[in-house]
Amino acid sequence: MELGIVYALLGAAVAVLMAGAGSAIGVGVAGQAAAGVVTEDPGKFAKVLIMQLLPGTQGLYGLMIGFVTLTKIGLLGGTPANVSTAAGLLILAACLPIGLVGLISGIYQGKTSASSIGIVAKKPEQFAKAMLFPAMVETYAILALLISFLAVNAVAV
Amino acid sequence: MSKQDYTYAVARIRALETHLLNQDDINQLLATADEDDAVEWLLARGWGDGEEAKDGETILEYELDKTWDIVRELVDDMSTLDVLSYMDLSHDIKGAIKKVISDTVDPETYIHNSFYSDEDLLEIVRDEAWNRLPDFVADDVRKVYDAAVKTKDGQLIDILMDKLCLQKIASAGRISDHQVIKDYAERTVAVINIKIAVRAQRTGKSAEFMRMAMAECKTINLDLLIKAALTGGDAIIEYVEKTDYADGSEELKKSLSAFECWCDNKIIDLIKPQLRNSFSIGPIFAYIYARENEIRSVRNILMGKRSMLPIGDIRERVRKMYV
Repeated sequence: MELGIVYALLGAAVAVLMAGAGSAIGVGVAGQAAAGVVTEDPGKFAKVLIMQLLPGTQGLYGLMIGFVTLTKIGLLGGTPANVSTAAGLLILAACLPIGLVGLISGIYQGKTSASSIGIVAKKPEQFAKAMLFPAMVETYAILALLISFLAVNAVAV
Repeated sequence: MSKQDYTYAVARIRALETHLLNQDDINQLLATADEDDAVEWLLARGWGDGEEAKDGETILEYELDKTWDIVRELVDDMSTLDVLSYMDLSHDIKGAIKKVISDTVDPETYIHNSFYSDEDLLEIVRDEAWNRLPDFVADDVRKVYDAAVKTKDGQLIDILMDKLCLQKIASAGRISDHQVIKDYAERTVAVINIKIAVRAQRTGKSAEFMRMAMAECKTINLDLLIKAALTGGDAIIEYVEKTDYADGSEELKKSLSAFECWCDNKIIDLIKPQLRNSFSIGPIFAYIYARENEIRSVRNILMGKRSMLPIGDIRERVRKMYV
C-alpha cells in the first residue's frame, strides 16, 4: 500500500478533529453563557439556544470535508484507491484550511456568541443585530471550507 | 486553584442587570406620595420576598442578602470580592467591640455583610475568639480590642478600626489581578483620606490624629494633605485640585455630602465599562457595587419620604445609577 492514503486519511482526520474541537469549545463557551441567562430568565431559552448553536457549524464543515476526502480515496466504498504519496500530501494540505480555521473560528465564534447572549439577556428585541456579530466570524470558516472543498476535489487520485 | 471561567456568571449577571433601577425608575420612586407608596412601588417591582418583607428596611436587607447569595453561588473564590464588604465588616466589628466593652445593647448599629451575623460577631468579640475572624483581620482586630479594653475610648476604636479597614482595602487593591478592583480600592482609600482631612480640619484635630486615621495610597500624598488640613479648608480644596480628584473640588466647596455623592458617582463611572465585559470577574464586582449603591439610594429616598423632605433635598442624596 502506498503511503499516500495514510496522508489523505490524516487530512480527513485533521479536518474533522480540529474543526470539531473548535466547535465543541465554541458551543461550550456559548452554552455556559446561555445557561447563565436561562437561569434568570427561562423565557429567553429559544433565542440563546440559536446563539449557542452558531459555533457548531465548523464541526459540520470539517465533517463534510472529511466525508468528501474519504469518498475521494475510496475508503467509504470499501475499495481504497491507490493514492500516491504526492496526492496524499496534497489532500492533507487541502484539508488544513478547514481544520485550522475551523478550530480558531469555532473558539472565537463561541466567545462572540457568549457576548451576544449578553445583548439578548438585556435587550431581546436586538436579537437580529446580536446574531450578526458571531455570524461575521462564520465568514472565514466558510471561506476555508470552500478552499478545502475545491482543493480536495482538484487533487487527481 | 485554577482560574475560574466567568462566562456563565457574567451571562447571569447580564440577565440580573435588567432588574437594576435606572434613573427613570428613581424618578418614579421619588415621585411617590409617601414612604408607604414608595414601598408599594418597590414591591410592585419585585423587591422583597413578597411574604415577610413589607417594610422598607426589611425589603432592603432582603435585597442585599439576595445579591450576596447570588454572587456566592457564582464565584468560587469570594476573597476577590470581599473588599466590597470590608467597610461593613469593619463597622460591625467596631460596633461589637463597643457593645462588649461598654456592655450595652444597640441592635440598630449592625449592617448586614457577607461575613457574620450580629450575634456571631458579638460572640467572637465576647469570647475573644479572633481565630473565627478572617485571617487578614484577626490579629489586627485583637490589637484594637486590647487597646479598647485598656482605654475604653470609643473614638480610638473608631479610628483604629477605620484605618485598619482602609489598609485592608488598599492592600486588596494592590494584590488584586483585576484592574477594576485596583481602581476601586485606590479611589476609595483616597477619597476617605480627603474626607478625614476635611473633618479633622473642621474639628481642629492634630497632624498626629490625621496620620493615625489615614492610610497610604498612590494618588494622595498624605504629608501634603495633612499640611493642607492644618492650614485650612481652602488649602484642602487647593490640594485636591492638584490631584486626580480635581473634579470633586467644586463639590467639596459646596459640602462634604456633595463630595461624598461625587465620589460614589465617580466609582459608578469607573465600573460602567464592566457593562461591556463578558469574561471576567469585573461585571460581578460592578454588579455588587451597583446593587449596594442602588439600595443606598433607595434607603435615602425612603428616609427622605419618612421625614417628609422636599423631593429636591432627597434627590441630592441619590447616587448615579449603574444602568
